[in-house]
Amino acid sequence: MMLKNNKLRSVCLASLLALGIQQGAQAQISDNVVKIGVLTDMSGPYSDFSGKGSVTATQMAISDFEKKYHPKFKIEMISADHQDKADITSDKARQWFDREHVDMITDLVSSTAGLSAMKVAKEKNKIVIITGAGSSKITNAGCNDVTVLYVYDTYATGQGTAKAVVKQGGKTWFFLTADYVFGHSLETDATKAIKLAGGQVLGSVSHPFPSRDLSSYLLKAQASGAQVIGLANAGDDTINSIKQAAEFGVTPKQHLAALLIFISDVHSVGLKQTQGMYLTTGFYWDRTPETRAFSKRYFNVMQKMPSMNQAGVYSAVMHYLEAVQATGSDDTKTVMTEMKKTPINDFYAHNGHIREDGRMVYDMYLAQVKKPSESKYPWDYYQILATIPAEEAFQPLSESTCPLVKK
Amino acid sequence: MIEIFGVPLMALYSQLMLGLVNGSFYALLSLGLAVIFGMLNIINFAHGALYMMGAFCAWMLLSLFNVGYFGALIIAPIILGLIGILIERFLLKWLYQVDHLYGLLLTFGLALIFEGYFRSKFGVSGETYDVPDLLDGPVNLGFMVIPKYRLWVIFLSLVVCLLTWFVIEKTRLGSYLRAATENPKLTQAFGINVPLMVMLTYGFGVALAGLAGVMAAPIYQVSPLMGSHLIIIVFAVVVIGGMGSIMGAIVSGLGLGIVEGLTKVFYPPLSSTVVFIIMALVLIVRPAGLFGREK
Repeated sequence: MMLKNNKLRSVCLASLLALGIQQGAQAQISDNVVKIGVLTDMSGPYSDFSGKGSVTATQMAISDFEKKYHPKFKIEMISADHQDKADITSDKARQWFDREHVDMITDLVSSTAGLSAMKVAKEKNKIVIITGAGSSKITNAGCNDVTVLYVYDTYATGQGTAKAVVKQGGKTWFFLTADYVFGHSLETDATKAIKLAGGQVLGSVSHPFPSRDLSSYLLKAQASGAQVIGLANAGDDTINSIKQAAEFGVTPKQHLAALLIFISDVHSVGLKQTQGMYLTTGFYWDRTPETRAFSKRYFNVMQKMPSMNQAGVYSAVMHYLEAVQATGSDDTKTVMTEMKKTPINDFYAHNGHIREDGRMVYDMYLAQVKKPSESKYPWDYYQILATIPAEEAFQPLSESTCPLVKK
Repeated sequence: MIEIFGVPLMALYSQLMLGLVNGSFYALLSLGLAVIFGMLNIINFAHGALYMMGAFCAWMLLSLFNVGYFGALIIAPIILGLIGILIERFLLKWLYQVDHLYGLLLTFGLALIFEGYFRSKFGVSGETYDVPDLLDGPVNLGFMVIPKYRLWVIFLSLVVCLLTWFVIEKTRLGSYLRAATENPKLTQAFGINVPLMVMLTYGFGVALAGLAGVMAAPIYQVSPLMGSHLIIIVFAVVVIGGMGSIMGAIVSGLGLGIVEGLTKVFYPPLSSTVVFIIMALVLIVRPAGLFGREK
């Protein structure tokens, strides 16, 4: 009888515990839905290397995650156009967090958009993983504990390329800078690297963003007599700078160094005008069998090869979902702790981890654009010259101005 | 070396020249807008999109049919003109009796549709169109080395602008057009086919946008956004010149190109807003624009 009572008690206790655990787990993922918002440039100058491609990459990540882990929670995705504007971004982010129950926002392809979304995220205690923007301000003075800067930043691309060009003999520089936070950040970071490498900056000119005609600024750069013209801009502005530099005979007498250029830009301008340019990138589709496998799947949907932002958003969403799966929670602090604790090694990132300033550091690559004669098949554009190890590629924590970094 | 406010004179000349090139595009586009507004009272917001389509038309003619730049210079404006005629016949025609705002809304909607289609088809980075061999290479003007193609743009745009002004202001056909604008019923009573003239005028205005697009293709990237970047400035040019004034559009187009060029020398951050500052000043002093007539 005693035995029977004990058994009964144990069963009751186990049932209660099981019920408790189950209820606990359910309570941890709000509504049992993890909702991801892709806030990006759908129609503007940055839409080719983020935009619809980032939405596709996010969908691929969600679908691959579901196939691999068969999660108990539901995953939803919404997307919208932030038009590269601070006010639209913060309105949309607020609406998504408050009314749409979005747990994490990703992409955010202009620095102004990124900086405003991360402020709203902090206020609402939600997560933002920026895979599109790259101002180093995001992980310095503007940093917070709910934001991850995943793909690149102006320090990584600016100094990686600047160092390589100075090493090749490009000692004197003149900058063409897009007149907003990203352009100035790129110029500042590249300038530091040039000076450290023994180069000299002769001057710079800021142009409005976006600029259709850059010839006036190019003539100033030409008159400076600098060996290298550093393009501290992106997207259409970079494309038009390259085209118009060739038209005015600025190149090949002076060399252009695009401090941030994407594969979509090279594809659009063509190898004839971009050949020989150095660039720093976190991803090139044709680098390894894994990058090729992902890129070919992506190509089948988009008919284009992915940029580093688009491949990066896949990796970022996967890393986020794996953290949710591992912790059984969509609570911001829990997920952020798990994401920062777990190293990242996938087709995209090698030796990756998220630092306390929110920067995801991983191996970057120094590449050079091929000559037309070297390109053997469609999208065969880059030659990878060197791997820049994670600890060298990004700004060291000792130089960080982020208040979260303990020194 | 002679300097003005610290800028060498030679550098200033070269920036003036570049301003003139941009001014040529402003003049050509605002001319099309002015012709359409002057004759139809339609504020053609689709003008930027039609300019973009002109550039894409040149690119397609080359890549699909191997028709070069000079062929495109004739064929693309004709194709765009025909598109314009279809728009007028099937859409705009119904709006002449209602407020101007409806025409603006319709053409704005069309611009969004055209741009959206090209964006989804080609992406925003666009396509490259090479400078034709005949006009490739630089010319040394003494004070600057300028690509031959840019000089060609200034020349062609001036010829087209002045020819249009001459036809509208000095010929019999032009007088019919002006009469049809002033009093369509009376003009029709004289046996002139006013609806036909209106349709052809809209087609011509759109063809001018197409021509500007072909001329722009070798300089700028042929991109779906190229028109929307330009259209707001061109509207400001038309307002400054005086809505509907042909000579106003030409003179203010070229003039504002030069002012913008000079701003790029002395204070680059202002270069994207200087046109609008001038517009505000002109509207305060002369609400009908520099060449416009008060009604």
